[in-house]
Amino acid sequence: MKKTSNVDELQAISKQVRREIVEMITHAKSGHPGGSLSAVEIVVTLFFDVMRHDPNNPKWPDRDRFILSKGHAAPVLYSVMAECGYTPKDQLNTLRKLGSIYQGHPDVRFIPSLEASTGSLGEGLSIGIGMALAAKLDQSPSRVFVVLGDGEIQEGQIWEAAMFAGDKGVDNLVAIVDYNHIQLDGFVNDIMPLDPLPEKWRAFNWQTLDIDGHSIPALQSAFSEAAANKGKPTVIIAHTIKGKGVSFMENNPKFHGTAPTEEEMGKALLELA
Amino acid sequence: METKTKFELKLGMATREAFGKALVELGRENKDIMALDPDLSKSTFTSLFAKEFPDRFVECGIAEANMIAIASGLASSGKIPFASSFSCFAINKGFEQLRVTAAYPNVNVKVVGTHSGISIGEDGPSQMSIEDLGLACSLPGFTVLCPADEVSMHALVRRAAEHVGPVFIRAGRPKVAIVHAASQRFEIGESVQLIDGHDVTIIATGLLVAEAIRAQESLEAESISARVIDMYSIKPLDRSAIERAAKETHAIVVAEEHLVASGLGVRVAQVVAETKPCPMEFVGIRDTYAESGTPEELLQKYGLMASDIVAAVKRVLIRK
Repeated sequence: MKKTSNVDELQAISKQVRREIVEMITHAKSGHPGGSLSAVEIVVTLFFDVMRHDPNNPKWPDRDRFILSKGHAAPVLYSVMAECGYTPKDQLNTLRKLGSIYQGHPDVRFIPSLEASTGSLGEGLSIGIGMALAAKLDQSPSRVFVVLGDGEIQEGQIWEAAMFAGDKGVDNLVAIVDYNHIQLDGFVNDIMPLDPLPEKWRAFNWQTLDIDGHSIPALQSAFSEAAANKGKPTVIIAHTIKGKGVSFMENNPKFHGTAPTEEEMGKALLELA
Repeated sequence: METKTKFELKLGMATREAFGKALVELGRENKDIMALDPDLSKSTFTSLFAKEFPDRFVECGIAEANMIAIASGLASSGKIPFASSFSCFAINKGFEQLRVTAAYPNVNVKVVGTHSGISIGEDGPSQMSIEDLGLACSLPGFTVLCPADEVSMHALVRRAAEHVGPVFIRAGRPKVAIVHAASQRFEIGESVQLIDGHDVTIIATGLLVAEAIRAQESLEAESISARVIDMYSIKPLDRSAIERAAKETHAIVVAEEHLVASGLGVRVAQVVAETKPCPMEFVGIRDTYAESGTPEELLQKYGLMASDIVAAVKRVLIRK
């Protein structure tokens, strides 16, 4: 894979990933397009620019780790990992089919280069803490990145983990909240509002950054700030749009967990051309 | 509880203390061994590990779910973490995390549940773990161990560390009789036949192994010959020892400090049904929660004494 910090190149990769997400989920006839599309720039910037990793040596001990705690957004991770060369790109459209390595939620049994099996919300941050602690013990430069859903942080375990990491100063841990404001049953603000969100994380002793989660330069600068920060874990509250990039999916709760039809896929791919 | 019998049962340390000591020994030999505890390290005896290896001890605060998943993350990065708590909290509050972050991805996490069963005594049912073996066994890929004394606990903590994959070890609060010789070998998936017999087999685990030995003595006085097996490996089970017991003694009593509906007994019964069906009886906790009391009072009231095993043997012999 070719890593890059060039914003135009990262945007081009993001567009390609969005196309693959729409195609994969349409072929699967089920899945979660909205929260996959909202996290594209976050995941692309991490894998193609920020993280130290090597698809030819996926178990390199000093690699940075990525955990998609909001495991239902698996298509964005599958597409990015395939683009990086971890997994076969020509099998992406087997998503969710029997025997596919592209399981409904990330599954290390099928893709050993994944760092964790996720899908049950609320657990990835704790797993990430364990990996970050192991890196510190081993005096490894490895850092751990965990992408959380906004609805996901309604889970109590997230705040157990937040209290732990803040207290212990796990500064090689970065959480990214994909704050797209929509969860399965509707708008987060109608179901269980999170605000004031930055204040909550600050109160748990985290360095808290509030950015536009679709702006690659903003993401790059936030990840640099996280790396420079010592003594505290960092949370990046990434303001995003659910379904970003496909007009009829944007801000539409229906596309949290509904696959596009063939016709909708055609429209979406035209917009993403 | 008596401490002396013809089998020379001497009171030893609690299995939780034997765990804590064994973990320190392992820690000296292997720098990847770690301990995690949610504010109960003085009770689980991981405080011993914390004292000697402060850098490899993770105090998690009272947050079991977080603890189990942190252990999974550590294990995924090559550590061998032992997460301990009271059994009821580790298993019940951490069950979802045991399922999704340990069992399903087959991560090398070790969980040690202390204060199991009702012999914790005065603290009462909120602290008593009577469902843990059933819950742990229900997780695909989990190894589940239930040592009866300090000798077997010491050995099985080592077996757990050597085994690659998730393991649950059940430990108890009270000091317990030593039932095994210091030289006894213990392997995952095996069992120890403590006494041979031909009329009936008593298969016991944990605290009830000593009671089974006491029961065997009184049965012998009535000319009933009972085989006694310590089934310390709840999963995987020693199927051949069970099949032999069914074929050779034609009657089996299972005894455990756990709900009879979901513990060792039903698992043994499945093997018996699949191999050589024979009459069986079950000594354990019926479909109820216990209460506060001394361990002795509780074991008596809830039917977990040698006399209860003797009664079960007599029932099963009538059905033979």
